[in-house]
Amino acid sequence: MTVSPDALVEIAEESPQADLTEPSGAGPEIGNRRLRKEDQRLITGRTKWTDNIVLPGMLHLAMVRSPFAHAKITSIDTSGAQGLPNVVAVFTAADFPDGMGACANAWPITPEQVTPDHLPMIGERVACAGEIVAVVVARSAKEARDAAEQVDVDYEELPAVFDAMEAMKDEILAHPDKGTNKSAFWKLDSKEAGTGGDVDEAIAKARQDGVVIEREFRQQRLIPAFMEPRSTVVDPTGEQVTMWSATQIPHILRFLIAATTGMPESKVRVIAPDVGGGFGGKLQTTPEEFITLAVARRLGKPCKYTETRSESLISGHHGRDQYQKLTLAAEKDGTVTGLKVDLVANLGAYVAIVGGGVPVLGAWMFNSIYKFPAYQFNCQTVLTNTTWVDAYRGAGRPEATFGIERIMDELAAELGRDPLEVREQNWIKHEEFPFTSVAGMTYDSGNYEAATARAKELFGYDALRAEQAERRERKDPVQLGIGVSTFTEMCGLAPSRVLGSLAYGAGGWEHASIRMLPTGKVEVITGTSPHGQGHETAWSQIVADRLGVPFEDVEVLHGDTAVAYKGLDTYGSRSLVVGAEAVVRAADKVIEKAKGFAAHMLEASEDDLEFVGGRYGVKGTDKGVGLTDIALATFASHDYPEHLEPGIDADATFDPDNFSFPHGTHLCAMEVDTETGQSRMRSYVCVDDIGHIINPLIVEGQIHGGLVQGIAQALWEEAIFDENGTLVTGSFVDYTLPTAADTISFVTENTISPSTTNTLGAKGVGEAGTIASTPAVVNAIVDALRPMGIDDIVMPCTPQRVWKAIQTAGDHSGDVAAQAQPHFDEGAANADPGVTGEGNGQ
Amino acid sequence: MTRITVTVDGDTYTDDVEPRTLLVQYLRENLGKVGTVIGCDTSNCGACTVHLDGRSVKSCNVLAVQADGHEVTTIEGLATDGQLHPMQKAFHENHALQCGYCTPGMIMQAIDILKDHPDPSEQQIREGLEGNLCRCTGYHNIVKAVAAAAKAPGAELASSKVGE
Amino acid sequence: MIPTAFDYVAPESVADALAALADSDDAKVLAGGQSLLPILRMRLNAPDKVVDLGRIAELRGVREDGDAIVIGAMTSYVDLLADPLVAEHAALLKAAIETVADPQIRRRGTIGGALVHADPAGDVGAPVLALDGELVITGSAGERTVAAADFFEDLFTTAVGEDELLTAVRIPKHTGWGAAYEKFVRVAHQWSIVAVAATVRMEGDTIAEARVGLTNMGSTPLRATATEEALAGKQASAEAIAEACAKAADGTNPPSDLNGDGDYRKHLATVFTRRAVLAAAD
Repeated sequence: MTVSPDALVEIAEESPQADLTEPSGAGPEIGNRRLRKEDQRLITGRTKWTDNIVLPGMLHLAMVRSPFAHAKITSIDTSGAQGLPNVVAVFTAADFPDGMGACANAWPITPEQVTPDHLPMIGERVACAGEIVAVVVARSAKEARDAAEQVDVDYEELPAVFDAMEAMKDEILAHPDKGTNKSAFWKLDSKEAGTGGDVDEAIAKARQDGVVIEREFRQQRLIPAFMEPRSTVVDPTGEQVTMWSATQIPHILRFLIAATTGMPESKVRVIAPDVGGGFGGKLQTTPEEFITLAVARRLGKPCKYTETRSESLISGHHGRDQYQKLTLAAEKDGTVTGLKVDLVANLGAYVAIVGGGVPVLGAWMFNSIYKFPAYQFNCQTVLTNTTWVDAYRGAGRPEATFGIERIMDELAAELGRDPLEVREQNWIKHEEFPFTSVAGMTYDSGNYEAATARAKELFGYDALRAEQAERRERKDPVQLGIGVSTFTEMCGLAPSRVLGSLAYGAGGWEHASIRMLPTGKVEVITGTSPHGQGHETAWSQIVADRLGVPFEDVEVLHGDTAVAYKGLDTYGSRSLVVGAEAVVRAADKVIEKAKGFAAHMLEASEDDLEFVGGRYGVKGTDKGVGLTDIALATFASHDYPEHLEPGIDADATFDPDNFSFPHGTHLCAMEVDTETGQSRMRSYVCVDDIGHIINPLIVEGQIHGGLVQGIAQALWEEAIFDENGTLVTGSFVDYTLPTAADTISFVTENTISPSTTNTLGAKGVGEAGTIASTPAVVNAIVDALRPMGIDDIVMPCTPQRVWKAIQTAGDHSGDVAAQAQPHFDEGAANADPGVTGEGNGQ
Repeated sequence: MTRITVTVDGDTYTDDVEPRTLLVQYLRENLGKVGTVIGCDTSNCGACTVHLDGRSVKSCNVLAVQADGHEVTTIEGLATDGQLHPMQKAFHENHALQCGYCTPGMIMQAIDILKDHPDPSEQQIREGLEGNLCRCTGYHNIVKAVAAAAKAPGAELASSKVGE
Repeated sequence: MIPTAFDYVAPESVADALAALADSDDAKVLAGGQSLLPILRMRLNAPDKVVDLGRIAELRGVREDGDAIVIGAMTSYVDLLADPLVAEHAALLKAAIETVADPQIRRRGTIGGALVHADPAGDVGAPVLALDGELVITGSAGERTVAAADFFEDLFTTAVGEDELLTAVRIPKHTGWGAAYEKFVRVAHQWSIVAVAATVRMEGDTIAEARVGLTNMGSTPLRATATEEALAGKQASAEAIAEACAKAADGTNPPSDLNGDGDYRKHLATVFTRRAVLAAAD
């Protein structure tokens, strides 16, 4: 029961895109459901995954990892591994007295942030399970693995802390030398910032004559679980080193290799070949990359390391893991007067590349689409003896969206009103854009009414509400719940000046170049680094329209620092709105550069020329010359104006001046079997406003995949450590990813409010589904159970949690699952005053 | 070492292998058939699915020595005379892949579904794919692609050319 | 990940397989390999020898033997699903096997391999137990037959000795019995959290006899004896069935793990027993 493809094309065609394609007059390719250029190699098994690379004389690495979460290494005996057949070397940290680089934190969120050194190989003290203490190098992967098992490591276990609330007490220290587990405290207060009122006043007033809703929510720990395990191949050739890696960030990796090893950046080439998914999980510089690099350089031989899935789940960074406390103040008529947010975020054992910053992104997102007059956001990050935590699809925005969308439902329930109606009462009306939020963000465009109206229509909202009432009436053991999520997000990371003000270690621009080949073909070089997103197709469509060349004649190159020599890679739904905008600007420069040649070739004045359909013509005549003819002419360069250089290739760097703000309305119907606690999805409708759409086919795919990841957080996935710090969900047997048999087909549509921050009018779509769907599902389950007195289920909403909530609901002792979690006030007792300030304690 | 003779994608190979060698490792490391990939170590993900004597198996869950004397078809052996298999075509036309890592296994398993269910319901497709994990597509377009392939001209070719 | 090194033999007769087993202190028998290979790859077990039964033709297939059907231990799940004798005389076994793992694993996996692996969350133990199956075990001294009730000794432990093989499964014919296997999982590729195998012989509207096996409600497959007794001779009404099935978890000691604690599993056992019996009696 999906929307017909034709309907989506119509929607895309209705959008005012003429201005975008006008410069070339060709196309339009933009808006077409172009089948992907990437597919051919992927469906025939001719893909270049890193693990497919075989080089002459290549050696294989196997890692020796700590089984303990926190321990001193008292001795390492490698003699059992040395000398085994085809074992070339065994190294420990002691073999690299000058180090081997370091995993860097690129975003210290405060100047005082406590940031433990994160060395690739540990010689003295491991701070989480899975840390590498030795590496075995052999002629084959199996011989390396066999020998790794013969490395004998003695550990002296140290007390370890795993839970963020426990860590807040500072009784057991994840890093004893740091003296505290608290890494950083970050606050945004609308009164102090001048963007709004005093939230404590709003709460105090609401306690007297309004409504105060206080809730604690848990964002469980997740694992990105990209399908391609991480792999790295390093080929040292003299001074030059080439690294292939399954990474989202070849450019950043190259920079950080140079910055932390002292290697000249110009001697390092990083290639991300085809990369099998990332979802933030490959947005990292990893111990494994640094170790493979160091070993290959030491031995002067090509080396490969490919992780197993079990290694991936314990050592690749995890996502989310935060405690949230929200206090919402409202008038009795439902008008929200203030929101206060307290977060405690678990960073794991180290502050990962943007690990500290991810929860802080919530600062601008908890207020979401609403016009709250007062707002405060407090975030405490803490270190624990667990796998490091960093970006996972959505990164900061799913957490915030979950918190606000859950509590808006709770407000509606408290007032006995329809949850969409209460949202509409508080959201920014379409005529109010641009709108500066209470967190200080300027939302440039949006139309929440339109998306919601369409979603309700597609969903059959009223009919489902009627069925819900009927099932309640007859006490059906299978109850129906309807979940609402209206969301916005900030995409297009990011304006460099904003990043600078937040002490982020890099800019947010993106780069592109366009090479006009003499045979009429076009090469587009992008600094983005796709790993499933379809940039080769979408960028081709954009360039085809812009330059008036056939889609098939455009080739998109990426992911190799020697080819795409400048870039900031792919994450944060940035590629289209920042990266493709750079492509557009490079194309415009090509057109501009070609003008002088056209004038010369046509013996006309530049003023008399117009560029239409890939061709410069003399106005009012049929004289003209094609862009590709100009490219050939500049290749020969036999005859060209003296003031021009012979070539029309161009490059451009685009730095956005604002984020983009996709939004949407997601509606979910869940059937909850009250006998077993099992929840089953009945239907899911979403209407997303992501601005102009370049390729509806790719957009739908991004939404579908995003939805299932968000739904999986609500229902299925959680990374769980036992009391020893062992990851009990350490394989795909226990880390329960959903299958096709667990999911349904979705109804997806779009409304279009173009972004004003890029000429494409696009907003970004990579994370929308994940951000919006989690609260929609949980709201639906809670909605189904609310008549029983249940007002929350902790994620993932497992059948057992739901069933136990039902069992205890009658005696009003609250949600047992929630009780099993540490409570905010207990754990946060020693927190910064900002975290447990007044307004808590109910 | 044990000597085995295996026909893979129509070509016959004879090799000495260690008995512990998994079929997927034999395909990738000995034969260079790197189109078949490894996604997990517990046989949950299905990325390594190939056809053994014409029906789908997880090649990480079969020893190479067990394939001695048998015929294997991988993703690399599906296209004939430069023509994509109808299932490959359907995956392309329905945008049933994003990063593409699960795709070889998904396509091999999808072909197997049509052998049991030439005109499958959505439920039969979904259950038929329950041994194959995908993290990108949310399965929506994969399910669509399998349904489309079943209706495509030449879908009866949807059995691999070996075995049966 | 790759298993540790081992020797490999693929005998073509049961006698040769027994000889190969006797020849080693630490051999593992490879049947379908769908549980064994992940274990070897994760290096949770490191045998010095693997004895592959895959080339022993006599261990495959289903035949009729008087009032029973006899299933060769190396018969694969897909072959069982396609087998008319299984469909006619052991519908419960078929219903359970339909839910095992996924299609690729059902292609390779064998009934004998699963029974000897004896994972309490596996799906074939409960129906074999409920159908009063008998297990034929062959050793150097010849064959012996063990009732299913005596076959499962503990977690991953059966009556099959070190140097013995399970060679066949003998299932008394339950021709005309209604059957249902209710399996509870959170995601489709999981092992059973709880599952219930129920089969009933109806006489008109009355349940003449009922057999109920429980999956993952203890360290071995279990029979819900109290429920079986309570069902016998009852009208197949929803109320009567519900009342009888409320006893399904009596005497069980289910595990507690990530998917549920013991109390929850006991509750699930009663719900799914009721649903399975209702479906079987329908």
